[in-house]
Amino acid sequence: MTAAEKYVAGAYLVVFVVVLAYVLIIATKLARLEREVAELTELARERRVQEPERKAVALG
Amino acid sequence: MLPANRLPALATLALGLMVAAVALVAYVAPVDANQGLSQKIFYFHVPVALTAYALFGWGAWRGLRHLWKREQGADLESYVAIHLGVIFGAMTLLTGSIWAKISWGRWWAWSSDQLVLFLVLFLFYSAYFMLRFSIEPGPQRANLSAVYAVFGVALIPVSFLAIRISKDIIHPVVFKSTGPDMSGTMFLAFCVSWAAMLALAATLYHVELAGKRLDARLKELREALTS
Repeated sequence: MTAAEKYVAGAYLVVFVVVLAYVLIIATKLARLEREVAELTELARERRVQEPERKAVALG
Repeated sequence: MLPANRLPALATLALGLMVAAVALVAYVAPVDANQGLSQKIFYFHVPVALTAYALFGWGAWRGLRHLWKREQGADLESYVAIHLGVIFGAMTLLTGSIWAKISWGRWWAWSSDQLVLFLVLFLFYSAYFMLRFSIEPGPQRANLSAVYAVFGVALIPVSFLAIRISKDIIHPVVFKSTGPDMSGTMFLAFCVSWAAMLALAATLYHVELAGKRLDARLKELREALTS
């Protein structure tokens, strides 16, 4: 491999690595958002279960 | 705002154009008579730089729309565009340095006005994040960020035209008033590479924007559920 070939490959690799790193960061963020959605869904479900119990206590 | 079903189409277009660009650069565009193989860096370096300018310009435009029309979401769009502009700016500096090393024998030339002005532009927009995150979220942060983004756009024509108005002979000028100084296939490879970079930037912009909007909505939902 000549020096020019190495530098050209290096330049193209820089673009590839930067874009890949960006995609990895976005994927990590997406995983966090998924965890948050699951957490909030669980919270909403708990509230829905607790709501009739509260109403029953208030009526009783 | 891009409809959710259009994003995969945009990503596919970016991937297709990127593959076409690499194929054109590797197999169709001829090797430059003066610079040899190292000139092939041009097909990614210049489109990345022009895309960085476009992203900074778009960020400034969205900032202006925020200040002028108080458009919903314009501040977030301005922030995401500048964020991506800085990433493309970093790629410009890195690919440019590699090209400089093989062409001029050094990684950087302080005597080149265009290089220094692009670095100034890059540092100016890098400082945008220091300003933005030093202020509490709210209207004040949005307004100050928008003003900063709008002022920065003045550096773009200065950076672009620097080489044309100075006596700099280190950095090559390809696009002259008479037209592009390259063969037809070289110009085709350049145009496809630029289209690929713009499509890639648009895809990343919409992905990041969707993530940020989702994040904001989840925060609202959490507040509503825990209050």
